[in-house]
Amino acid sequence: MSELLRCLQFGVKCLFAPQLFNLNNKSLEEDDDLSDSEESVYSGLQDSGSDSDEEEEKGGSDDEDEQDQNEKVLIPLADKLTYGKNDIRNTVGNIPMEWYKDFPHVGYDLDGKKIFKPIRNKDELDDFLEKMENPDYWKTVHDKKTASDIVLSDEQIELVNRLQKGQFGDVNFNEYEPTVEFFSNDVMIHPVTNRPADKRSFIPSLIEKEKVSKLVHAIKMGWIKPRRVQDDSRGRFYDLWANEDSSILAKHKMHLPAPKIPLPGHEESYNPPPEFMFTDEEKALWEQQDPSDRKLPFIPKKYPSLRQVPAFSRFIHERFERCLDLYLCPRQRKMRVNVNPEDLIPKLPKPKDLQPFPTTQALVYRGHSGLVRSISVSPSGQWLVSGSDDGSVRLWEVCSSRCVKTVPVGGAVKSVAWNLNPSLCLVAVAVGSAVLVLSPALADKQVVSSSERLLSAQQEEGPSEGSQPVVWSETEREELNQGIRLKIQHPKAVHQVTWHSKGDYLASVMPDHSSHLQVFIHQLSRRRSQNPFRRNKGLVQAVSFHPIRPYFFVATQRSVRIYNLVKQEMTKKLQANSKWISSIAVHSGGFIFCFDVFVYTDWFGFFLAIRHHKKAVRSVAYHRGYPLFASASDDGSVIVCHGTVYNDLLQNPLIVPVKVLRGHVITHDLGVLDVTFHPTQPWVFSSGADATIRLFT
Amino acid sequence: MGGLQKKKYERGSATNYITRNRARKKLMLSLPDFRRLCILKGIYPHEPKHKKKVNKGSTAPRTFYLLKDIRFLLHEPIVSKFREYKIFVRKLRRAYGKTEWSAVERLKENKPAYKLDHIVKERYPTFIDALRDIDDALCMGFLFSTFARTGKCHVQTIQLCRRLTVEWMNYVIASRALRKVFLSIKGIYYQAEVMGQLITWLVPYQFSHDHPTDVDYRVMATFTELYTTLLGFVNFRLYQSLNLVYPPKLDSKAESELKEDDEEDYAMNSESYTEKLSALSSSLARVVSSEEEEDAKLDEFPDEGEDMEKMEAREKEQKQLETQKKIFEGLKFFINREVPRESLAFVIRCFGGQVSWDKSVCIGSTYDVTDETITHQIVDRPNVDKQYMNRYYIQPQWVYDCVNAKIRLPVEDYFLGVNLPPHLSPFVEEKEGDYVPPEKLKIMALQRGEKLAQQDEEEEEEEEEEEDENEEEEDDEEEAEEKNLKKMEEQRSQGKSLQVKVTPGKVKVENPARLEQEEKAEEKRLAIMMMKKKEKYLYDKIMFGKKRKVREVNKLAAKRKAHDDAEKAKKKKARK
Repeated sequence: MSELLRCLQFGVKCLFAPQLFNLNNKSLEEDDDLSDSEESVYSGLQDSGSDSDEEEEKGGSDDEDEQDQNEKVLIPLADKLTYGKNDIRNTVGNIPMEWYKDFPHVGYDLDGKKIFKPIRNKDELDDFLEKMENPDYWKTVHDKKTASDIVLSDEQIELVNRLQKGQFGDVNFNEYEPTVEFFSNDVMIHPVTNRPADKRSFIPSLIEKEKVSKLVHAIKMGWIKPRRVQDDSRGRFYDLWANEDSSILAKHKMHLPAPKIPLPGHEESYNPPPEFMFTDEEKALWEQQDPSDRKLPFIPKKYPSLRQVPAFSRFIHERFERCLDLYLCPRQRKMRVNVNPEDLIPKLPKPKDLQPFPTTQALVYRGHSGLVRSISVSPSGQWLVSGSDDGSVRLWEVCSSRCVKTVPVGGAVKSVAWNLNPSLCLVAVAVGSAVLVLSPALADKQVVSSSERLLSAQQEEGPSEGSQPVVWSETEREELNQGIRLKIQHPKAVHQVTWHSKGDYLASVMPDHSSHLQVFIHQLSRRRSQNPFRRNKGLVQAVSFHPIRPYFFVATQRSVRIYNLVKQEMTKKLQANSKWISSIAVHSGGFIFCFDVFVYTDWFGFFLAIRHHKKAVRSVAYHRGYPLFASASDDGSVIVCHGTVYNDLLQNPLIVPVKVLRGHVITHDLGVLDVTFHPTQPWVFSSGADATIRLFT
Repeated sequence: MGGLQKKKYERGSATNYITRNRARKKLMLSLPDFRRLCILKGIYPHEPKHKKKVNKGSTAPRTFYLLKDIRFLLHEPIVSKFREYKIFVRKLRRAYGKTEWSAVERLKENKPAYKLDHIVKERYPTFIDALRDIDDALCMGFLFSTFARTGKCHVQTIQLCRRLTVEWMNYVIASRALRKVFLSIKGIYYQAEVMGQLITWLVPYQFSHDHPTDVDYRVMATFTELYTTLLGFVNFRLYQSLNLVYPPKLDSKAESELKEDDEEDYAMNSESYTEKLSALSSSLARVVSSEEEEDAKLDEFPDEGEDMEKMEAREKEQKQLETQKKIFEGLKFFINREVPRESLAFVIRCFGGQVSWDKSVCIGSTYDVTDETITHQIVDRPNVDKQYMNRYYIQPQWVYDCVNAKIRLPVEDYFLGVNLPPHLSPFVEEKEGDYVPPEKLKIMALQRGEKLAQQDEEEEEEEEEEEDENEEEEDDEEEAEEKNLKKMEEQRSQGKSLQVKVTPGKVKVENPARLEQEEKAEEKRLAIMMMKKKEKYLYDKIMFGKKRKVREVNKLAAKRKAHDDAEKAKKKKARK
């Protein structure tokens, strides 16, 4: 029988160890059914061999306590199956049987007698033969303990099969019996357990007491606050301004309310008038512009009907930007200047009241072919002399605009000047590096003869000093016929000539950076020239004699110096803040000079810089009798101003521009080159780059 | 000589200002909290006159606050609430970290909350102040009430905004305060006159928002917090002034009318009342049930002659206003489903019209499409299948244009499928010299009661054209003359041989008026020459602005003319 056990334990156990004992359990029941009552079997076993049983079980199985019971169950089964009368059971226990290898026996039976090995060991051949011949060979198991072969019965084989399949050993065992609910929601009459209640269940807990007392203490101390009563007054509104008191208002004086959002114009409409839509250019411009430069923050759009209007994608952005403005922007009250521009215009006396002054273009003197650089009027006011780039000097009759005489001088004429002395009739002309003195013979005989006398008187003296830089010379035949009487040769190009009011002195200007020989004063009666300045004080642009007093004005590029000719010293120096003083005019009451676009006047001690012209001012002139002065500029206009002096010394003299005279055509970016007044009439002459001279009356 | 050395930046403007960071430290608040406080209290930075002095010699860009303002913030009870909240958040985080759910629960129950009532009172000491500043509050309220109830901000805020804006709209309806409406591409602008204050607000079109990522919603939420409080109190006061019940209740009569069987289809029982309120279709309950409101007539104070004109003008305005308030009185509107219902219902009810819509669109419809007494049906689709004989089918713009024109405009221009006339902004008030679109002129003529006969107009136009041509011819003649003269002068100036010829001279007609004008213009020009430099600069600036304005006006006019000409040409082509 123990062979079966071995078989089960060694062959099957390793695979189905957990099932094994169940199997044994079940098989027990099955057996019960088969044979007699349990009692008998149990009792019998117990009686028969308690000690050995125990031992054997311990040896045969390496499992725990439970096994006892199982073994007990198994033994009767085995007993029944195989052990008949000769019950050979080995008592050596669970030991390796190799230990008995050298002995003739393999152990001891229940009676303590040796169990001998079979006399002849089966060899391979026997085994093979047996395998071939014995039909039960497949169900034969060798029991090493008893050294005998055991043939398994059919029931045993079936049991082995069932175990191998993982089924319960007992065929009739129901694996899925209904569960019995012990702990249900039904109230039973009997308790599940009949254990009496613990004492701790009806004695108050000390731990809890401690916890509660801690909480109570915390509440008393205010550490734990009682649950807050739900405050539902939030979001409940009442009359907040029921009692307005104005006392708070005082606080709010400084408060600046935020400006409101500007209201939308037509262009924001979903269906704006067509003129507010962008053209393609405007759209392109809008897209190019920086968002901060754009006039409109959006492109106007037109939708044919309201249902097609989409959501505005920047809505939240704009709202957010407004929020940012409200809390991040500094606020400031800015006063908007609300000035009527008309009020800014100064109230001036009406030009009408300041008449006479030239108003219209009366005559045009045509004849020159080059630009007319310089003009001058005879003291009688009957004749006009003009010098042009075409190399000629022309003499005109003022009233008829006829050219009386044309004197070719063989070079561009820079400057012409009529002698200011009415008892003489002489004209000085600057051509190249020479100053020519013309005697046009356009006066009554007495005057002509007196001027002739002046010119001829010099002949007697003649040039005395050879080392002089300036050479006086008489003219040759041809030139003499033209009326040119004297030629004063200078070392450099002469830019300007001007007469002293007495008519005997003549000043000429040769602008030069490097030398002090820039200004010469010539005396006709003695044919003498002298250089008044010993040092170079800047590029001299223009010079002028004072009409009455012995003053001499020298305009360099940046300043105007006034010299007293009697005392031989400088009386005044005026600094201009710009380069290019281009012209100077002197009047008994003051003087005027112009630089760049400004005209600077000194009118009876009242200084004023006026900016009337848009382009550089070329020339300025005073009227000898009327309080008028004129300025000519490259923008082709001549502006006539009127100066008023008040007896009241507190009031500043008033200078009023009275007329803008236009007529000259701008050629080669040059407009009016020279301007001069008629000595007696309120007329003004101007010469321009368009080769004309114009008279405005 | 003794005496302490004067130190720099210890007196004067340097001590009057405080930088933002220092202010924050002084208040012991984090930057977001400081920001919130500034928003709630209405504190804004100041730009010092001498920034470098205030900045202690540094030129680094800094924001400055007035020290006084910051001192004023020091005593604000809300500041302590902010700190409490900070502590609450810390405790809550800790409890979460320790997974102490009971503690979390307890903390949440004791969440510190604050009220803004006192701040509103402080910022707006009088009711009029509050009304003046309510524009932004309304804009924000209307924006937030259109947010989806997920994400971005608390659902309670959205609901509160919705409630308050509906209350506001109901008030405007009840007081008939709406004056102007404008459909812009951004949304719909409304302008109402409440207690003499013009209040403008912008409502976005009903679409879901595409929430931008570069917007700080915390800032917006803080503003909304303040604005909802303000709006609530203002609403309360306004309702009180009209003897209306607050929170608003529907009129009992109206309520019974609105009672329907299938209310549950629209909303839950708890919400259906607010939904009905927001339908804007019925009047509100009053505390005093006197239906008839007697407008106290203004006493007339006969004044001196000068003021009489003003008085008359005022009276006229008053009259116009009265008529405007009643432009839709007696009309029955029906709103189709494709039209923005809320806006139209609001506008129509503001001007005394009756309005209804399809039952399935919204709760609160009072009559059906089949109602025979409907006078106008507002439709925004090219055509309608079934048309009733005795009503006008018009596009929604008609309603808005009528409101802005203050009269009932002819409906012909707004019929179905008709090209709509441009919708003009009612907020533009043209001064002299501004560009006035021709549509506006037309409306002004209608307001004056002039009837425009279209045919006459066309004839006139043609005549005008002819006249124009004539004028052009004249101009041409003049030009030709001038050209001749010029040619002659040129020839002369070039010194060519003159063809000596005597032609009979023409007597130049001297226009004395024109001469005088010219003289004046020249005087002015000369006077301008004598201006001082500073004044000249200012004058030039002003004149530049004026010229630019004129240029813009001319540009618009030219654009319009080109457009009209193109249209006319198209029409002519089509006719041929």
